[in-house]
Amino acid sequence: MPPTTRQLCTFSLGDLIFGVEVTHVQEVIRYQEMTSVPLAPRIIRGLINLRGQIVTAIDMRARLQLQPREGELPMNVVLRTADGVVSLLVDEIGDVVQTDESTFERVPETTDALLKELVSGVYKIEHRLLLLLDVDRVMTNSQLSAKGEAA
Amino acid sequence: MSADDELIREFLLESWEGLNQLDRDFVELERDPSDRNRLGAIFRCIHTIKGTAGFLALHHLEAVAHAGESLLSRLRNGDFLLDGEMTSALLAMVDAIRAMLERLETTGHEGTEAYKSLVEHLAALTAGQRGMAAPATPRVSPAPELSAAAQPTASVATTAPEHDVAPATASAPTTLAPAGLSAEPHDDADAPALDDTADESAASHEPQPTLAPAQSPVAAAPAPTPEPLAPASTTRTSQEPATMTTPATATASAATAPTPEPSDASPTKGPAVSVSDSAIRVDVGLLDRVMNLVGELVLARNQILQYGATVKDAGFANASQRLNLLTTELQEGVMKTRMQPIGNVWNKFPRVVRDLSHACSKKVDLSLDGTETELDRTIIEAIKDPLTHAVRNAVDHGLERPEARLAAGKSENGRLTLRAFHEGGQVNIEISDDGAGIDAAKVRARAVERGVISADRASRMSDREAVHLIFQPGFSTAEKVTNVSGRGVGMDVVKTNIEKIGGTVDIHTQLGQGTTLKLKIPLTLAIIPALIVSSGGNRFAIPQVSLLELVRLEGETAARSLESLHGSTVYRLRGNLLPLVFLDRALELKPVPRGHDVVNIVVLQADDRQFGLVVDGINDTEEIVVKPLGKELKGISAFAGATIMGDGRVALILDVLGIAQRSNVVSAGRERSIVEKSTTSQGSSEHREALLLFRLGHEGRMALPLSMVARLEEIPRAAVEHAAGREVVQYRGAILPLLDVRRALGVAGGSGGDSPLQVIVYSEHGRSFGFVVDQILDTVEETLTTKQRSNREGVLGSAVVQGKVTDILDVHGIIRRTDPSFFTQDAA
Repeated sequence: MPPTTRQLCTFSLGDLIFGVEVTHVQEVIRYQEMTSVPLAPRIIRGLINLRGQIVTAIDMRARLQLQPREGELPMNVVLRTADGVVSLLVDEIGDVVQTDESTFERVPETTDALLKELVSGVYKIEHRLLLLLDVDRVMTNSQLSAKGEAA
Repeated sequence: MSADDELIREFLLESWEGLNQLDRDFVELERDPSDRNRLGAIFRCIHTIKGTAGFLALHHLEAVAHAGESLLSRLRNGDFLLDGEMTSALLAMVDAIRAMLERLETTGHEGTEAYKSLVEHLAALTAGQRGMAAPATPRVSPAPELSAAAQPTASVATTAPEHDVAPATASAPTTLAPAGLSAEPHDDADAPALDDTADESAASHEPQPTLAPAQSPVAAAPAPTPEPLAPASTTRTSQEPATMTTPATATASAATAPTPEPSDASPTKGPAVSVSDSAIRVDVGLLDRVMNLVGELVLARNQILQYGATVKDAGFANASQRLNLLTTELQEGVMKTRMQPIGNVWNKFPRVVRDLSHACSKKVDLSLDGTETELDRTIIEAIKDPLTHAVRNAVDHGLERPEARLAAGKSENGRLTLRAFHEGGQVNIEISDDGAGIDAAKVRARAVERGVISADRASRMSDREAVHLIFQPGFSTAEKVTNVSGRGVGMDVVKTNIEKIGGTVDIHTQLGQGTTLKLKIPLTLAIIPALIVSSGGNRFAIPQVSLLELVRLEGETAARSLESLHGSTVYRLRGNLLPLVFLDRALELKPVPRGHDVVNIVVLQADDRQFGLVVDGINDTEEIVVKPLGKELKGISAFAGATIMGDGRVALILDVLGIAQRSNVVSAGRERSIVEKSTTSQGSSEHREALLLFRLGHEGRMALPLSMVARLEEIPRAAVEHAAGREVVQYRGAILPLLDVRRALGVAGGSGGDSPLQVIVYSEHGRSFGFVVDQILDTVEETLTTKQRSNREGVLGSAVVQGKVTDILDVHGIIRRTDPSFFTQDAA
């Protein structure tokens, strides 16, 4: 059973809204210049210098196989995961929300496999669905071992 | 943390430092039993431990230390001269203290083991009984009364005759130490009156106390230990006290030399006060964080300087200049705090060499040169094992037995010299012996026999090349398989480990004259010089270590001198064909349209091959800070890590071996070792463990940590005897109980006929156990991430080793099951 209430940091990718438990979030920063890594999987967008710490940036759009976003630069959600610090490149940052566990449900079976892999549940909030991101699964994924095209 | 825990922690820290020095002191003392300075130093160290242990109510520890101290006290008074038996007993005492401290550290209790027989043995020796010999010079026999006197330790503190000298200290254990001392009435009784006056003069004249703290705080030895070192070092010119920097030593020894009996200087008086005044212990993690922050500051400084160049403002320019200077100084200062003298590692070698030479019945003079040479602590950690391996190897295989030496017209005692010095931004370490040297012809023959190289290639090799074959995995020159190194897991491990930290290994040998192993090691892992190149619009750093030369071809020459050889491109470098690798193609970068007029070739060394890396531009050389890549990128063998450039952007560090391998410059036969190297090269923070693989029965593959293996032996079945219902063999003058692992684990399998038994010898605290297995397979280094615990008895768990699931032997469990007393009587 999940705890009775959680604080989630929310962000959006296309028309999807995700939430990450605030305890996992190290910080949220605007777009940073990054260095691409040749030979790396396609979802790895590059390396960011985060005050001297080198952080891998994961392109969440690529991760979910969404179309690349035109125009605006993505934001970084820097997470502490079991495998170290990573940054997720997302479209926009939302508010920190307090969840109501009575609205929590498991992911419907029909959900797209790519998404289901990343999400541990859904909160039914007003007019929208808030997807609870499983932080540790972002980094353990078949896509990471498969080599994408060179960046 | 409670005050008590804090006290115990301080006590542990201090005692460990003291004990590390003790091993070395004892060995030196055995060589020159009349060295009263050293005797005094040992006495003080044990005395301090005893005193503090008493205060902390660690009674077993106190009793053991006390028994040792009593013997030392009589030695110090000149009642008898130290001999082999006493040394062994005292070393056993040191081991016992170690074991108790270890228990104290892990469990918070000293344990229930009282080391009765050791204490009795020490008491007997103190009483003058050697073996079963009659008591000699029965002046006082302090042993029995002392143990009684030691009980009320702390409570008597105020009655201390000299308590006025000590109390200035703030740190708990240092003040405790004198409490222990003063509570010990026999100390004063034992010491001649003259000594007390000597104490005073020694304490007041000695600059030592204030000098000792000059060493880095992490390395700081406890108050009592460094003090007596200085005078001691004058007796051995080539050797300097490990924990001290040179100037300190020089002045200290000069100053103490005239004092009549410095060895009897009271242990805790002077130094206790000043060490706590001018040196503090700092947590290493904190130092690392400070170091990181300084790295950040350096980058911020770089950015400000870059910005300042575009702004015309005198005030700003001045301020940024000042920031620049301060940052540089701060960086240097912080770097220094992480440096430790190499003597910290070498300290244990006298003991290692002593034990090993006794075991091999050889006589070895060890001298240590340049102990004060400083290295980053991460490097110190990394070279510990390879150095130990190399030293063991030199004693075991390098030096001959005394008879052979005499026959060869050499002195009976073999000479083993360790030398360390700085040169060209690197540290050189040389391990030289004056032994038999390496016979290149023998090496060739053995290499062919073992299938390391073909006979044809062997015949074309120079002697020098042939000697280097000993670094190949699976090679051994030992005539007889004697120990781990004799199984061919010696020198290649040394080489791999040294190369892992960006060092190099070279060997010089002369038949009959001896062998010198030369190691070159970078000063620090954190900052390395690198060449910055660009390709496909990206910047990359290439570690300078692998860089040989740069070639720039322009205009006509460029087009003409690159020749195509069935799809691969080569360049004739001074008549030799140099295979070329295009970096943009190797990394699958978007090629930048490039004029055909300029070709930049970076000539690199990968393993023993050279190749040319073609890049778009060569920028500069720079000192870079190596940072590890995230786990998700570790699998890319082309990169060794990343760094942050002056403009704040990240640049990848190329792994030269990885690139060579990707581009097939290095042949497939070497693949395994390259993969190992490239995945473990820089920045890897994962803990890898060396394992010894062996076979049980027909199929069973098992492993145990290589660190638990003392030696590997082949023992003829005929040599097996039975004692107390157990199989034993006579082994190095002792009885080695054998344990058939197959039987213990209930694995079925053939008997192996009458071939010799394959035995893995495990030793702890001077006691050994032999595990009989069917076949020794290999040694590997693996990250034991997939370890799974097992319920099966005798099996610790399983792990994936070389892609196969392998059971890990539970060495302690299996011994405990067979011989429950093994671990409790370990000091007997």
